[in-house]
Amino acid sequence: MNLRKIQQLLAAEILWGEEILDLVEPRYACGSDLMSDVLAFTKEKTLLLTGLTNAQVIRTAEMIDLSGIIFVRGKKPSQEVIAMAQERNLPLLMTKLPLYETCGILYSAGLEGCSGLPSRRR
Amino acid sequence: MTTPGMVLRFSVEGGDYAAAGEAASKIKKALRKIGVDAGVIRRVAIAAYEAEMNIVLHALRGRLILEVAEDKLRVIAEDEGPGIPDVNLAMQEGFSTASDLAREMGFGAGMGLPNMKKCSDTITIETTKDRGTKVVMNFDIDDDGVT
Ligand SMILES: Nc1ncnc2c1ncn2[C@@H]1O[C@H](COP(=O)(O)OP(=O)(O)O)[C@@H](O)[C@H]1O
Ligand SMILES: [Mg+2]
Repeated sequence: MNLRKIQQLLAAEILWGEEILDLVEPRYACGSDLMSDVLAFTKEKTLLLTGLTNAQVIRTAEMIDLSGIIFVRGKKPSQEVIAMAQERNLPLLMTKLPLYETCGILYSAGLEGCSGLPSRRR
Repeated sequence: MTTPGMVLRFSVEGGDYAAAGEAASKIKKALRKIGVDAGVIRRVAIAAYEAEMNIVLHALRGRLILEVAEDKLRVIAEDEGPGIPDVNLAMQEGFSTASDLAREMGFGAGMGLPNMKKCSDTITIETTKDRGTKVVMNFDIDDDGVT
C-alpha cells in the first residue's frame, strides 16, 4: 500500500511530498508520541503516526529511515519542521482523526505493525 | 572500511533543543559516505542520537566523538554535567529523571540508555557527581548488523 492510498484512506492533507506519494510504500506502521520508543522498537520502512510535531520527530525519522510521518488530531508542524522534512525527502501528511482511529483504519486495510504479528486482513 | 583512523568531533549544548540531533545526523552521514553497512549505521545512529539527547536533556555541555577503526566504530559521548548517581538504576528501562519538557519532545521515557546498550556491542559509563559523564560505545562492523 503506497502513501497515496494511505492519504486517501485517511482523507489526509499533504504537508509535503505530493510528488513522491505514489513511490513510497511503507511496510509497517507505528503509532506513538514517545520518540525513544520509536527508536527502540521500529523497523525500517515504517510509517510513523504521531501527535508530536517538533523537530525531534523529523530527527527520529532521519536516524531510523522512516518512510513518512502522519500527524494526527489535526496537529500541524511549523514551517521550519516541514522544511526539515523536505530536506530529508520525508513525506508528511496530516489527518484530523485521532491516533486510535488512524491506526485502526490503516491496520484493517492491511498495514502491519512493527511487532512481527501479522495484520488480520491482508 | 576505507577510512581507518578517522576521528570526528561534534560539540553538543545542554538545553539546545533546536540543534539536538545534529551531531548524530552528521555521524550518520559520515558513516554512509565511507560505506559502512546499513544495519551497522542504523545501530550507531540510534545510539548516538540517544546519547546526544542525554547531553541536551541532562547535562550542561558535551561532545560526541566518532572514531573509525579497521574492524570497529566507537562513539564517545562525554559531558560536563551532574553525573549519574546510580548507573545501574539509570540503565533500567523506564527510569527517568527527565523534565516534562523532555517528555513533550518525545524523550524522557527512560529508554535511552537501555537502547544504547542494545544497539552497541559494548558500552561503558564513567560518571562523577557534579563533574560529568562519559559513555563509550563500541560497534563491530564485521557482523551482520543485527539491531
Ligand atoms: N549524560 C547524563 N548526565 C546526567 N544524567 C544522565 C545522563 N544520561 C542519562 N542520565 C540519567 O539517566 C536517566 C535515564 O536515561 P535514559 O535511559 O536515556 O532515559 P531518559 O533520558 O529518557 O530519562 C536520565 O533520566 C538521567 O537521570
Ligand atoms: Mg535519554
